[in-house]
Amino acid sequence: MNRMTGFIYKEILHIIRDYRTMMIIFALPTIQILLFGFVVSMDIKNVKVGVMDNSKDDVTRAITEKIAATQKFKITEMVYTSEQIDQAFKKGTINCAVIFEDDFGRKLKKEHKAQIALILDGSEPNTANLTANYTSSIIRKYQEQNMPIDLKITQVKPSIVMHYNPELKSSYMFVPGVISLILLLICVLMTSVTITREKEFGSMEVLLVSPLRPIQIIIGKVAPYLILSFVDVIVILLMSYFVFDLPMKGSLVLLLGESILFITLALSLGIFISTVAKNMQQAMFISLIGLLMPSMILSGFMIPIANMPTIYHYISLIMPPRWFIVIIKNIMIKGSGFWAVQTETYVLLGMTIFFIAISAKRFKTRLD
Amino acid sequence: MNNEIYIHIDKISKSYGNVQALDQISLDIKKNELFGFIGPDGAGKTSLFRILTTLILPNSGNATIDGYDTVKDYKMLRKNIGYMPGKFSLYQDLTVEENLNFFASVFGAKLKDNYYLIESIYKHLEPFKKRRAAKLSGGMKQKLALCCALIHKPDLLVLDEPTTGVDAVSRYEFWIMLKNLRENGITILVSTPYMDEASLCDRVALMQNGKIMIVDTPQAIVANYPYKLFAAKSIHKSDLISLLEIDPRIRSAFAFGETIHITLANEKLPITQLESDLKLKITDLTIQATEANIEDCFLMMGTNYEKS
Amino acid sequence: MKSHNKVIEVENLVKRFGDFTANDNLTFDVYEGEVFGFLGANGAGKTTAMRILCGLSRPTSGKILVAGWDAATHPEDIKKNIGYMSQKFSLYEDMTVKENIRFYGGIYGLSRNEVKTKITEMIEKVGIGGLENKLIRELPIGWKQKLAFAVAIFHDPKIVFLDEPTGGVDPFTRRQFWSMIYDAAKSGITVFVTTHYMDEAEYCDRVSIMDEGKIVALDTPENLKKMYGVSTMNDVFIKIVRPELI
Repeated sequence: MNRMTGFIYKEILHIIRDYRTMMIIFALPTIQILLFGFVVSMDIKNVKVGVMDNSKDDVTRAITEKIAATQKFKITEMVYTSEQIDQAFKKGTINCAVIFEDDFGRKLKKEHKAQIALILDGSEPNTANLTANYTSSIIRKYQEQNMPIDLKITQVKPSIVMHYNPELKSSYMFVPGVISLILLLICVLMTSVTITREKEFGSMEVLLVSPLRPIQIIIGKVAPYLILSFVDVIVILLMSYFVFDLPMKGSLVLLLGESILFITLALSLGIFISTVAKNMQQAMFISLIGLLMPSMILSGFMIPIANMPTIYHYISLIMPPRWFIVIIKNIMIKGSGFWAVQTETYVLLGMTIFFIAISAKRFKTRLD
Repeated sequence: MNNEIYIHIDKISKSYGNVQALDQISLDIKKNELFGFIGPDGAGKTSLFRILTTLILPNSGNATIDGYDTVKDYKMLRKNIGYMPGKFSLYQDLTVEENLNFFASVFGAKLKDNYYLIESIYKHLEPFKKRRAAKLSGGMKQKLALCCALIHKPDLLVLDEPTTGVDAVSRYEFWIMLKNLRENGITILVSTPYMDEASLCDRVALMQNGKIMIVDTPQAIVANYPYKLFAAKSIHKSDLISLLEIDPRIRSAFAFGETIHITLANEKLPITQLESDLKLKITDLTIQATEANIEDCFLMMGTNYEKS
Repeated sequence: MKSHNKVIEVENLVKRFGDFTANDNLTFDVYEGEVFGFLGANGAGKTTAMRILCGLSRPTSGKILVAGWDAATHPEDIKKNIGYMSQKFSLYEDMTVKENIRFYGGIYGLSRNEVKTKITEMIEKVGIGGLENKLIRELPIGWKQKLAFAVAIFHDPKIVFLDEPTGGVDPFTRRQFWSMIYDAAKSGITVFVTTHYMDEAEYCDRVSIMDEGKIVALDTPENLKKMYGVSTMNDVFIKIVRPELI
């Protein structure tokens, strides 16, 4: 066997005999394909529509039915006041509101013009755009099919309002996601690595054979990252506000409180990973590939969850950032109070308690 | 030195998969002893130390230190042991001072209270106190690790291969420091692969392949060497040893630096006869009686002793 | 078999890392078939010098010829003509004995038949018949080291560099190892070895001792002991490196 072939053969042996490398070679592409293949789609799905029909005539009913009949849309409620619309947006029960002015049908036939307003959730700029276009095309199609040919000149163009984000800035989309990602990165990755590093270098042994109780070791490891990430949150919020013009409509105190909750959750995740990983390399791998990457994709950060196949909706439920992003958007962009985000807060709280408990159980006071 | 038993080890066994690291180890260690575990890699020294320092559990058997069980009373024991694992686990990116202060604080000890214990060792380190541990030489790291293990005035000091990979001079200095520490009432356990360090201990246990071959003072072990030992010397070392290995009159022949230690198959054979006989082939050969050392005893007790 | 051919010629070797001088004007020669002991305290500069001789690192200045090749300009050619073994790494733990030998055979350009012969030879020499299909990590450390040495010389290099090859090995295996070293030297391979076991220093034909970047002693063990008026290499070492201890 010549030099090159011999070397290649040796490398193959190393790969086959190391299950970790095998995992990376086979598991990683599979995960990526599954995630990117199905999740990334530029289509909209499951748009929740609220209809305010001030006219209630046969035309408005027909248009409403047309919308309801479309697969992508679901009419979730009929609304009667603009406060209701506002609440519904905040709660997230609608992404789109269709408002017919009163006496719509008559005005259309007699005066050849009538008002339809579309209000969209601007905190998801991409989706909002697509939804606006789609809704407009439904209304246009209705007109083409039902209006007499000579009246085609009159076209009802809906007036479109991007609620919360009138200029449709994409920063509304990515800044909340970036906050979650950075916190996850710092807290999960760094924490898990620093604890496993101690194990790998052997100094954990010395720490264990000392009066230090394991809980003290953990708190000691984690405390600096708590402080650092909190500082980071403040820096990012300042930058979002001043540089990216993100509004700060809600309570800053509430936002910081929720941030601390999320940080605590991320730290406990990091500790949990350190009880599973045997060395730094494993800790990094699990943190990045097992947690960060799926989180990025499935948290609704870049691609709205509504657009994903249903199974991913369920998977996304266990991704912590998915909940935190909703909280940030609600507080910053929609100006919601605690009542709007309480479900999400309780979910994060539950996750935190769960991971702290399970890490405490798993943390070994011995080397075995 | 009093005769109070400080550590009692009773039939401890430990295996990892199908490798038997420790096989029914039993022994007693007295208070204030400087006790050495002598043996090569794979003997089980580290496993035993980890069991004693409560870091791993034995598969069977038990051990008590000062009456405290290593399994049940581990919390109590961890407060009073000074442990230095192999490769001196120091924090590489902290300085000498920072490492010392950290370990002191972990044990709730004040540097100045216990400074007397480490003073003679620390004086070598003092000029480097602001240097990062990563940049210290092997000998310096060893001294620093020892100081960190001592700084809380433990009753028991457990040092796992503290002299491995360190040059002969630093090793020598280290043992002098250990002997001085004994004066402070500390019980010291040391493991080492270097046979010559056995003579510096009060008592030693010779270990190989998870078993203890013998426990006694080094003087007693060498005194009990069962054969007459001779040292054969010649400039032509490798020729000599080849010759001795095939000679049926020789029971064992092992190189020992300058000389070759031999024992006779038949102890009644006069050595001068052998000498003059061999001198025909190796002209500058000299054979003299000599005292056995620990390594001779170790070789004898090993399974490869008799020539095939 | 010692000859008067020089296989290593070092003249004023200097290696600096920034403003730290690890090797300070080293000058020495090693002859064909010698067993040359390279001793020194930790941090004395041994490893640095060895790396340069093996073609793994470039000298700052000096004339260094190893197996006829200039270490500063032809390190790759040096590597082809030497063998190397250290305590930290010898053979691939997750490959079997046979796989390791086949691999190194390929690296050094041996033909299939040559490798086959070598496998049989080596198994006999080291005495691990029946274990050739076991993974290296399943072998006791003593056999690992012996096998590693056999592999280091199986392409008949001019010089073999051994970096603390017997660390932690049991006394019986250590002696077997040195017997293998003697056999190699007899067949004309020059052995360049570093060790912390002072009795092993006695087995060398000549010994050099480094302290703080310089060579402070270079001679046969016999002569060194006479010069310093002591009876063991251990005492020679202590006397040279830390005279105040004696």
